[in-house]
Amino acid sequence: MPSDAAADTGSATREALLSYYRDMLLIRRFEEKAGQLYGMGLIGGFCHLYIGQEAVVTGMQAAIGEGDSVITAYRDHGHMLACGMDPKGVMAELTGRAGGYSRGKGGSMHMFSLEERFYGGHGIVGAQVPLGTGIAFAHKYSGDGGVCLTYFGDGATNQGQVYESFNMAELWDLPVVYVIENNKYGMGTSVERASSTIDLHQRGAAHGIPGEAVDGMDVLAVREAGERAVTHARNGDGPFILEMVTYRYRGHSMSDPAKYRSRDEVQKMREERDPIERVKALLTADGAEEDALKEIDREIRAIVNRAAEFAQNSPEPDPAELYTDVLAA
Amino acid sequence: MPIEVLMPALSPTMEEGTLARWLVKEGDSVGPGDVIAEIETDKATMEVEAVEEGVVGKLAVAEGTEGVKVNAVIAWLLEEGEDASAIGADGGDSAPESAPENAGESTAGGAEGSRPESASGPDTAGPAVAAPAPAAPTAPETADIAGPDYAGETAEVTVREALRDAMAEEMRRDGRVFLMGEEVAEYQGAYKVSQGLLDEFGAKRVIDTPITEHGFAGLGAGAAFAGLRPIVEFMTFNFAMQGIDHIINSAAKTRYMSGGQVSAPIVFRGPNGAAARVAAQHSQEYSSWYAHCPGLKVVAPWSAADAKGLLKAAIRDDDPVIFLENEILYGRTGEAPTDPERTVPIGKAKVVREGADVTIVSFSLMMETALAAADILEKDGIAAEVIDLRTIRPLDTATIVASLKKTNRLVSVEEGWPFAGIGAELCAVAMEQAFDDLDAPVARVCGADVPMPYAANLEKLALPDAERVVQAARAVCYAD
Repeated sequence: MPSDAAADTGSATREALLSYYRDMLLIRRFEEKAGQLYGMGLIGGFCHLYIGQEAVVTGMQAAIGEGDSVITAYRDHGHMLACGMDPKGVMAELTGRAGGYSRGKGGSMHMFSLEERFYGGHGIVGAQVPLGTGIAFAHKYSGDGGVCLTYFGDGATNQGQVYESFNMAELWDLPVVYVIENNKYGMGTSVERASSTIDLHQRGAAHGIPGEAVDGMDVLAVREAGERAVTHARNGDGPFILEMVTYRYRGHSMSDPAKYRSRDEVQKMREERDPIERVKALLTADGAEEDALKEIDREIRAIVNRAAEFAQNSPEPDPAELYTDVLAA
Repeated sequence: MPIEVLMPALSPTMEEGTLARWLVKEGDSVGPGDVIAEIETDKATMEVEAVEEGVVGKLAVAEGTEGVKVNAVIAWLLEEGEDASAIGADGGDSAPESAPENAGESTAGGAEGSRPESASGPDTAGPAVAAPAPAAPTAPETADIAGPDYAGETAEVTVREALRDAMAEEMRRDGRVFLMGEEVAEYQGAYKVSQGLLDEFGAKRVIDTPITEHGFAGLGAGAAFAGLRPIVEFMTFNFAMQGIDHIINSAAKTRYMSGGQVSAPIVFRGPNGAAARVAAQHSQEYSSWYAHCPGLKVVAPWSAADAKGLLKAAIRDDDPVIFLENEILYGRTGEAPTDPERTVPIGKAKVVREGADVTIVSFSLMMETALAAADILEKDGIAAEVIDLRTIRPLDTATIVASLKKTNRLVSVEEGWPFAGIGAELCAVAMEQAFDDLDAPVARVCGADVPMPYAANLEKLALPDAERVVQAARAVCYAD
């Protein structure tokens, strides 16, 4: 069962709550805009939206510090924004333009920012798990005190390489926190139909890795669990697994009609569990003015609109870019 | 009849060893399982057990004797009622070497069954005694090789030592370099390539991994993203197929996918190609697999000097490098530079032998075959130019084309399969860049287009030999 540790406590300061509200809203509005641009044919290929899961990255980001690293799979726009990457550069990568983080050569699933210690953006299910374990290895090797947050979905928990990584991470006490974003469906297959055991936070038990389930729709619960897990890893006690029980409102990708679940199921989550509404309610209860929140909404919309504009006006990469960045210059 | 105890082969590729110590003396009674001697190769020390009951009649090889050929008689056991006079005038009863009745069996323990068997591996030890040892190569040993522009000192080393020295020198030079892989540390390397590295660099930088190629290939790539310089050893490249997703999708493509932001300066190395008698899953040549992929460099050295210089260059390289070694070459010796700053540039082929009549292009172990063929051709009045590619990708087409302009004929020699192989690529290069210089179609000599068979005769048929290279060269010279 997801822990209720910090839920409803209002333990966070007004300032922190406003910051989470702003961060989650940015992801929500950014993704909605990306969906629109996709519909207009400005974004191509695969595009996996993060709508509904915003509390996970927002809470985890609040639990880490400057020297820590992040790596995830292909549902990655939210992670990049949470890491502090520029929405313009992310959106321009989605449109395949020169102003994108990978200069248009990576697309939705392949973006990086060494400056923000964000290591991608990986398109092969589960592949980022050994990679993140290797980044944690580098933290330990160089003794920089950093921790690597390694995100993956419920679908990836059935990948063999995940367990190879668990084994090495625990064997070598690597500073890695495995964040399982359990949004209940690996593409169209529910966790129950894909997994022999569905308590995904216990998947490290055979390797001696502690794990816990967290309400991934509650940013405060996420932050609180995240802080404990990160401390565990940073102290040299090895990896920690957090299963974030969350939900994506949209299909697996833009081309997924999501016929494998009912409209009611989605609607119920939206109405009862929405992570942004939850923080908004806490803020309102704390006395935040409706106008102040609306002002934040306006600011966020402006940021997203500027990103969309930039992403449409940025030129396509120069044809000469076809042959650059294959090898070191 | 006295029973011969023969020098055992400890690995599919062992040709000779040292009889380090006798644990029995003449007149001792022994039974099956009793350890009678210790033998050593450059990779390992192993015990030899008696497999039959008897009395040690005569020890034919003194303790400490080096270079004892596999299948040579090292002792005789006397059966009940026999005495030493039953041993023939030359020491034994002159049984022909081709029909040895062996009474020796070596043992070792520890390693996993399906792993490749080096001298230190267990599974080959027993049965290998009964099998005839692989014929010693007739090809020349790795030749001189420091290169015309090198005036520094050289030392004679095995390819194995050259690789170890390369890693040690680069680890001394750059604290970001570390080695990880199965059995690289405490076991000193499944093929003893990492001998001594744990002692010098400690467990932080010489790391034994679990048997999880997929996992540690990815872990290494991630560590490279984050600024380290991993050397990932695959016990053999056969097992790298478990990790090939990370080699291609993670290591090779990330620089491009990130618009140049994130790179993977990593070396994936280990033995590649057929060893001997280990059948299809442990005998495969991978150069064309990796050479197909942009974002990778692929190196396959032959000589000790190139093994050292190219591995050093690979470790310093900012891109992922596939470094294809060869188990049979590990024991070959050659001169290698001792200067730790001496590297061999990636992407440069080498004309190892000059000739005007036909160009033979090869790499790695097949260089021995190519050179052996050139010797034979010379006797027939055909002067072959032999090029060692050394690097498969990027391919040094300039050296190949320059040679073709001289010889107008090309033969490729590789151990790998023909379809979409390196020879096929060389055909394309010749056609695209030297079409007007060709006086004959390019001839390819490749491994047979089948999974590697186990049977000795079939395995021999599956691999290129000098005779096939000679035939191909004569054909392109219209000499028959």
